[in-house]
Amino acid sequence: MSLLFDSFEEWRTYCQEEDKPLFEPVLRYEREQKGKSEEEIWNGLGKAYQVMKDAVQTGLTKEMNSYSGMIQGGARKVANHPVPVLSIEFQRLVARALAAKEVNSCMGKVVAAPTAGASGILPGTLVTLQEIHKLKDQTILEGLLVGAGVALILEKRASIAGAVGGCQAETGSAAAMASAAIVYALGGTVDQAFNAVAITIQCMLGLVCDPVAGLVEIPCVVRNASAAAIANSSAQIALADVSPVIPVDECVDAMGEIGHSMEAKYKETAEGGLAATPTGQRIARKVLIQDIEIMDDEVSEE
Amino acid sequence: MSERSSVFDMIGPVMIGPSSSHTAGVVRIGRVARKILGSAPKEAVITFYNSFARTFEGHGSNRAILGGLMDFHTDDERIKEALDLAKEQEINYKFRSVGNANTLHPNTVRLFLKSDDGQTEVVGESRGGGVIRIREVNGFDCNFTASSHTLIVHADDQKGSIAFISDVLSHDDCNIATMTVSRKGKNDLACLVFEMDSGLKPLTLEYIRNLNWVRSVIYIPDIDQ
Repeated sequence: MSLLFDSFEEWRTYCQEEDKPLFEPVLRYEREQKGKSEEEIWNGLGKAYQVMKDAVQTGLTKEMNSYSGMIQGGARKVANHPVPVLSIEFQRLVARALAAKEVNSCMGKVVAAPTAGASGILPGTLVTLQEIHKLKDQTILEGLLVGAGVALILEKRASIAGAVGGCQAETGSAAAMASAAIVYALGGTVDQAFNAVAITIQCMLGLVCDPVAGLVEIPCVVRNASAAAIANSSAQIALADVSPVIPVDECVDAMGEIGHSMEAKYKETAEGGLAATPTGQRIARKVLIQDIEIMDDEVSEE
Repeated sequence: MSERSSVFDMIGPVMIGPSSSHTAGVVRIGRVARKILGSAPKEAVITFYNSFARTFEGHGSNRAILGGLMDFHTDDERIKEALDLAKEQEINYKFRSVGNANTLHPNTVRLFLKSDDGQTEVVGESRGGGVIRIREVNGFDCNFTASSHTLIVHADDQKGSIAFISDVLSHDDCNIATMTVSRKGKNDLACLVFEMDSGLKPLTLEYIRNLNWVRSVIYIPDIDQ
């Protein structure tokens, strides 16, 4: 049987029956379905993780100002602030997630994971996890594979695109990927990893995509930080064997159902929520191009 | 059923931000247009339609399209500086915004390019996740993604030409994945677009190019290579 990542239940059964670690069927999927060698896959993941680490570093050390002026080096401010709210580690987690996402907003190099709008969450969580627990790179790469498996199921049963499922589909999916990777990397069981996914989804459900002026800046950047925090709180809960009660596949279906019934103005169209506030509208008028030709007839004839 | 994504669609692509449809996809359209022109353009008139029309500056799509025209890949950090670099390379560019083009995809861009050797006009759509679709080349309708190997043949409209070229491709051990054919009119100029699973040998291209009923041959290997 070829494993196609249609459900978490299928993934769980495979790992139990074959006695394989969580990442192995994802590796097998990519080998069998996409014709890649194991070496290519590990090299590709290694490259992606390096880009993630570089993005964190760039965001914490270089000037990050976006074209619109809405992003002005928030990550550096957070990293350098003298008062840690919880701990230095938590401060670093928040600063790193912001940093990688600010690099994205400012036309720097990132890994879309699963999308560009959510490109700060895996870098923030994994770099911090590796530092705190002194994990090997290989463990992190296996965690990335686990995260990819999570995203494959989310894409199939719900969505990973803000334009289709709202922000829950983008930052929610990335947080779910990160929480599974964290539990896996800390030696959690298959059930604990999937419970972390279920809990994360429960925390992220319903989040709308309402970007100011349609740009990937406000509220995308701060939501990368909050999603990174939720990935960690969910992993903490799941590792303690606290049950999500609603099974993970049903949580994913709920996400799909909510995304499906969400109004279009909350799906990346910049017509609702924060984008529709007076300030959001004022920024849009300032940032967006107003000098637009209307040439409908000419175009329609073509 | 559509083909399932790869691990590297979920952990990837590695790209220049902020948005796969506004930067990565636009870079790829620019790369295709440059390949069709055959060299770097001297002049470029770039029209952004619909959703693109208002946001192309804010999302950096203007830099992305110029980056593509300079043959940058989607993860090239020079894209951010593309406006200045294009000036240095003496590309004379101009941007236009057109709204309400209801017949076109929300994220459509039209490029009119001139070089010393010729000119070309390309219309492309950025469909999300960096995926693109080229809808028009030099006034001919077409429909290809440029993610596999693409062959565009302008030829006289005459019977047997499609069968002949597909036969030549099969002799190069090449499987055709998709194909679109259009023409200006009966017995007038026709445009054949083949998307293929594998690349072509230079000899095969040279043979097709030398057929007396073939006017031009454009070959675009995998656009990300």
